[in-house]
Amino acid sequence: MTATLPRPSAPKPSTTESSPRPRTVVPESLTRRQRLSRFDTKASPYAYVAPFFILFGLVGLFPLGYTLVVSLFDWDLLKGQGDFVGFDNFAAVLGDRFFWNSIFNTLSIFLLSAIPQVIGALVIAAVLDQNLRAKTFWRMSVLLPYVVTPVAVALIFSSMFNEDYGLFNNLLGSIGLDPVAWKHDVLASHIAVASMVNWRWTGYNALILLAAMQAIPRDLYESAALDGAGPVRRFLSITIPSIRPTVIFVVITATIGGLQIFSEPRLFDPVTAGGGERQFQTTVLYLWEMAFQRRDFGEASAIAWLLFLLIVGIGIVNFLVSRRIATGGAPRARRPRGAKAALAVATLPLSGATEPLAAPVAAQTPGSPSATSSTPAGSTPAASDPEEDVTA
Amino acid sequence: MTAPAQAPAFPVRRRALLARRGRAGGITGRPGFLTYGLLIALLLGSAYPLWWSFVVGSSSSAVRGQTLPLIPGGNFLANAATVLDAIPFWQALGNSLIVSSVITLSVVTFSTLAGYSFAKLRFRGRDGLMVGVVATMAVPTQLGIIPLFIMMKEIGWTGELGAVIVPTLVTAFGVFFMRQYLVDVIPDELIEAARMDGASMISTFWHVAVPAARPAMAILGLFTFMMAWTDFLWPLVVLNAGNPTLQTALQNLNSGYYVDYSVVLTGAVLATIPLLVLFVLAGKQLISGIMNGAIKG
Repeated sequence: MTATLPRPSAPKPSTTESSPRPRTVVPESLTRRQRLSRFDTKASPYAYVAPFFILFGLVGLFPLGYTLVVSLFDWDLLKGQGDFVGFDNFAAVLGDRFFWNSIFNTLSIFLLSAIPQVIGALVIAAVLDQNLRAKTFWRMSVLLPYVVTPVAVALIFSSMFNEDYGLFNNLLGSIGLDPVAWKHDVLASHIAVASMVNWRWTGYNALILLAAMQAIPRDLYESAALDGAGPVRRFLSITIPSIRPTVIFVVITATIGGLQIFSEPRLFDPVTAGGGERQFQTTVLYLWEMAFQRRDFGEASAIAWLLFLLIVGIGIVNFLVSRRIATGGAPRARRPRGAKAALAVATLPLSGATEPLAAPVAAQTPGSPSATSSTPAGSTPAASDPEEDVTA
Repeated sequence: MTAPAQAPAFPVRRRALLARRGRAGGITGRPGFLTYGLLIALLLGSAYPLWWSFVVGSSSSAVRGQTLPLIPGGNFLANAATVLDAIPFWQALGNSLIVSSVITLSVVTFSTLAGYSFAKLRFRGRDGLMVGVVATMAVPTQLGIIPLFIMMKEIGWTGELGAVIVPTLVTAFGVFFMRQYLVDVIPDELIEAARMDGASMISTFWHVAVPAARPAMAILGLFTFMMAWTDFLWPLVVLNAGNPTLQTALQNLNSGYYVDYSVVLTGAVLATIPLLVLFVLAGKQLISGIMNGAIKG
């Protein structure tokens, strides 16, 4: 914008041409307008982003920072601020086995939800990323669980996981298996809670990934298919590297959400805060119990900060790892974007050839079919799509 | 390659090959039964828990012995009446509508403004601030509930809807989302042209950015509405049972002495209906909006 701004002085030449009368007034008003316009250009971008930063600072960042202050005091829900105790609250929390239990539960439930969720979302997105009939219908069907609120999901799934007459134990019973103690067993309860999260979020994430997949040029797939890459190969070599940023985005949001699970474990057993023996008490649930049932704001704030550090730490690790994984696969697929002929390099290793070997082969492929074009049953089709021949 | 006459033969063969692949379920043609089988399985997985809760919610407790109950009973209205007696359902519904609408309006407005600024305007510190937005997206603001609660108590807002609304007036996700959308959708030339024609910054925003942003605003609005609608922890903390949102009212249904699962599930179904209606009415726009936004890029 700033670069183009000098040009809006276009009115200037026109005034110098037709400026018999108010010679002194016009340039002045112009400069004022110009200055105003320049101020507009300079200040507006800040004015547009300011509301976000101000409000976010006030109700987002400030409370988070103030949590640190609260955590340094004895602070009761009803009695308010007490004595300054330094890091005693942190020491108490770090020595609290219920805290570590809640961290273990949170991580366990997080892994049980994030990993299946991202993989499931990728698969669903790939299934939807086809020339389907009734596209919108299928997309809506995938998104349907998202409109069921976590509270409702928790209520529904708590009933389905009910140990006596729940849907899942009924199903297990009907195929002759023993009922599972969904609410008492540690792992089973984690799976149950994770399944609530997965049911609600997988389709949502799939649509985000689908949106990215749809932006991949179709001719990339067509060329790859011509070069003999099957659906799985195309998915791994073209789709995944192309939607890399979106995958990272999904992973990171899943992490941030997954580490703060509250509604599901809270409602899985409404009487206790996370099970009779805290077998599925997550850290946010423990934080809630500490603050609003035990009324210890100080220790609860310490929990909040420790969880905050954990989330940020895992987020950073997550980002680095997913970036490395993604870039590890990228160089191969990125090259073909430039020259279409080079695409063959990315897809041809199908035949097991290493890259230096594959390059000359790739250079040959465009020529070879036309050279043998007189014979329809040329070498390339036979080599590249045996599966199609079977199905067709 | 040797004779020019042979050159056309290649494209023809190429097209034929693609067509053949298409019929066989490749990338250009219609997918096969396997795909639709998977999709139907997904549909059942998405829909059955809801249907199941309706079936159980409309039945007496006898249905609970059945393995896969499919047919609803006739008790839904009776159970619904019990729900309406047990919790202030209509008040909760109204509260949820107010809270979600105000938050949606605010988030969409401020996100579009900031997103446009980040996507299309040049200013010193833009990239740094954008990194700030992305970083704050990772900030678990939920963890600030204790000072937020202290603040709300200080100003006497506990139990008031304002206490639920204020903390979510802006979201980093919204800014990021609008920025990602607008960066591709508005050609720079369009903005430059508007500015050359003497439009002020805000009128450029209004006449160039907002029309282009409308689909994304609708999507962001829908998602924000749902986010506000589904929020649970903070309303649970700051509101009391006498003035609940739908979610906290639902949890009251589940806690204490109402252990009748038929009633609880009826409540879950009733609370889901508003969003289901929204989904049926706006789901198509929502999805096509997401897709159009992605393809335009």
